[in-house]
Amino acid sequence: MAEHHAHAAAHADHDHKPHGWRRWVYATNHKDIGTMYLVFACIMFFVGGAMAMVIRLELFQPGMQFVDPQFFNSMTTMHALIMIFGAVMPGWTGLANWMIPMQVGAPDMALPRLNNFSFWILPFAFTLLLSSLFVPGGAPAGGWTMYPPLVLQNGASFPMLIFAVHLMGASSILGAINIVVTIMNMRAPGITLLRMPLFVWTWLITAYLLIAVMPVLAGAVTMLLTDHFFGTTFFTAAGGGDPVMFQHIFWFFGHPEVYILILPAFGIISEIIPTFSRKPLFGYETMVYAVASIAFLSFIVWAHHMFTVGMPLAAQLFFMLSTMLIAVPTGVKVFNWTATMWRGSLSFEPPMLFALAFLFLFTIGGFSGLMCGIVPADYQYQDTYFVVAHFHYVLVPGAIFAMMAGVYYWLPKWTGKMYDLKLATWHFWLSAIFVNVLFFPQHFLGLAGMPRRIPDYAVQFTDWNMVSSIGGFFFGAAQVLFPIVIIKCIRSGQPVGNRAWEGAHGLEWELPSPPPYHSWTTPPSDAVIARGAEH
Amino acid sequence: MTIRKTLARLALTAAAGLLTLPAWAEESGWAQLNLPKGVTDISRKIYGLHMKIFWVCVVIGIVVFGVMIWSLVAFRKSKGAVPDTTMVHNTRVEVVWTIVPVIILIAMAVPAARTLIEIEDTTKTGLNIKVTGFQWGWEYEYLDEGVSYYSHLDRASDAARELGSGIDPTTVPHYLLNVDHPLVVPNGVKVRLLITGADVIHSWWVKDLGIKKDAIPGFVNEAWFKIDDDFTGMLRGNCAELCGRDHGFMPIVVDVRSKADFDSWLKSTAAGQKQAAAPAAPAAAPSAPPATAAATAAASG
Repeated sequence: MAEHHAHAAAHADHDHKPHGWRRWVYATNHKDIGTMYLVFACIMFFVGGAMAMVIRLELFQPGMQFVDPQFFNSMTTMHALIMIFGAVMPGWTGLANWMIPMQVGAPDMALPRLNNFSFWILPFAFTLLLSSLFVPGGAPAGGWTMYPPLVLQNGASFPMLIFAVHLMGASSILGAINIVVTIMNMRAPGITLLRMPLFVWTWLITAYLLIAVMPVLAGAVTMLLTDHFFGTTFFTAAGGGDPVMFQHIFWFFGHPEVYILILPAFGIISEIIPTFSRKPLFGYETMVYAVASIAFLSFIVWAHHMFTVGMPLAAQLFFMLSTMLIAVPTGVKVFNWTATMWRGSLSFEPPMLFALAFLFLFTIGGFSGLMCGIVPADYQYQDTYFVVAHFHYVLVPGAIFAMMAGVYYWLPKWTGKMYDLKLATWHFWLSAIFVNVLFFPQHFLGLAGMPRRIPDYAVQFTDWNMVSSIGGFFFGAAQVLFPIVIIKCIRSGQPVGNRAWEGAHGLEWELPSPPPYHSWTTPPSDAVIARGAEH
Repeated sequence: MTIRKTLARLALTAAAGLLTLPAWAEESGWAQLNLPKGVTDISRKIYGLHMKIFWVCVVIGIVVFGVMIWSLVAFRKSKGAVPDTTMVHNTRVEVVWTIVPVIILIAMAVPAARTLIEIEDTTKTGLNIKVTGFQWGWEYEYLDEGVSYYSHLDRASDAARELGSGIDPTTVPHYLLNVDHPLVVPNGVKVRLLITGADVIHSWWVKDLGIKKDAIPGFVNEAWFKIDDDFTGMLRGNCAELCGRDHGFMPIVVDVRSKADFDSWLKSTAAGQKQAAAPAAPAAAPSAPPATAAATAAASG
């Protein structure tokens, strides 16, 4: 044993990594797997984005110009599934893989082989889902929410959709288990729970949400499968079933899912704003409690997605009040981020720019969310473009911008090189301007009466649809800069020191840039931890 | 330098655009930007709630964004700002910004709950109409009078909406918002709708009535409206729940008439349908009401 330890220590700095394709297929290293997750998420972001371009192209003017309505419905359905399960969730898992071991002083994730498995499920899941575009009847077209009875009308793509969702769910659950085990068991001595960086905290809570709700989704889609193929009638009224029950089960998964998509963003913003304000995060503990309260509330608000299904008055009142309550901890977070900047010393590098856009635009998405919580008003907003605008504000300049902020923040750490700040700033300004041109007019469209998920519209909606489409095309085109900045950085960036940013703090900045293959082979000493926490 | 100049020019153009915005808004009408007030007491209450929560958000936004922008301007490193690293938390401030939102939310929840309770009161109705959503249209059945008929997208819109039809939608009156047989209702009467679905879930939505209610197979949902005494004319809406390929092509048109006009329409339609059914086989489909087609054509002109 002693000999083995000595041997391991002597080789600590050696990589021992397999080369060529084996390095990736047999990967057990958290950085390699993190990279694969991020590359996968980026590819899916462009695939889902291409589908959004088809949607915006058809909606550029009234009348049907390019696609069949059924294909249009497939595009909205697939766009949502790919962006949620293919881009945002794997993106967060990729960042978690890269950063959590480095931030808690661990050499790697706790369960490296499970880590490999949870990643490699994803390419199969999405190959299955995307190949449904080529089967008779076309890709799933019943919306990503898969409401029966409509979803049961899908042709050959139906079982492909169900099994793809099962695979994505399995991947997420395994990834979440790995993250919980890593955070609970692999923290360096001295890193108590309330000394963990906010990104680790938000991911810990996200992982619990995933473990709690992904099995619920799996159950719901399995019931769809047996309804379709094995003669059950869980959701078929003719057989004594209940189509609304599916919606309750789905949204019991779906609302926590919304926070699965946004909580890691809260964590990243809570890392970046202090760094570029050169000041500690204001109200660290309240931030942790706010995230925990949001996670708890996420389990008791699900029916606000279905106010129009005809629930009893008492249920509607309950879900209205619980929904409005979410504004309180969310407000606390926004106020704390603002207070972090107050009397700071601010500079505006690309990560900070994206974080600031998050702060402003996520808040706008929060406002429209508050409006949707008012049940009588929601009767007018439900299933219109107002809701489309709302959730795109929280997901695009919310989740996606936070993810880009995170990549721009840690990219110098990962590669050991600084990227082209000017080009990244261009990426920021183009994204920030056109995301608003794209989504802000959709508020007007919804209020004026345009339903969502329609391929064609009445002529009075033409102007704002054109504006929105133009914004969409430019926003889409601007995203090409993102991989360009990253590739340029890897090829020809200027070397950076351990602390790539002047105000950066935390254990990851105590490691060299790029960090060694196995992050912390010996736990960081108290002195290192203290230095990491310094401001 | 050139970039800065371009940006300055862009900013000037944008400012000029903003200055002309009020005139433009006047021209195109608020109808393109905001909810309509509608034609019932409930729809106006919903509009009131919508505007109230909107202004609450605007005021909070001005304060929060104001502080954020102030921080961005005042505490810049490039202006020599020195960070106050001792400012890590402040219990008093944190309690205040937790309590104040709670108070605002309660102030919003009370009127919302009051309106909701009113919306859910489906008693004392004068007319009962069963609405059935199907792929892709609506069936209306006047329960006490035995009148029923189907309502589909009108022919002109249906022809124009085909892929590559070559018909300019702007030349079609009420493109995608017109039907062959609208729902005919009286003003000033509390009308109850019993809404259900025949195949998949649909949603019956007419924004001027403040009603959106899902049409679900196996369920009968209730909704009601009482249109202002002095309003007659057409109200238009859509199916609001994705229901398959032609979800975007099953509009709703409500033809609001005075009580007297409605009664005579109902009487003649009932007689017509009875006559049409008499010689035909018992399973004959309900025929179209004669008066509505002409009314639609007149209204769309």
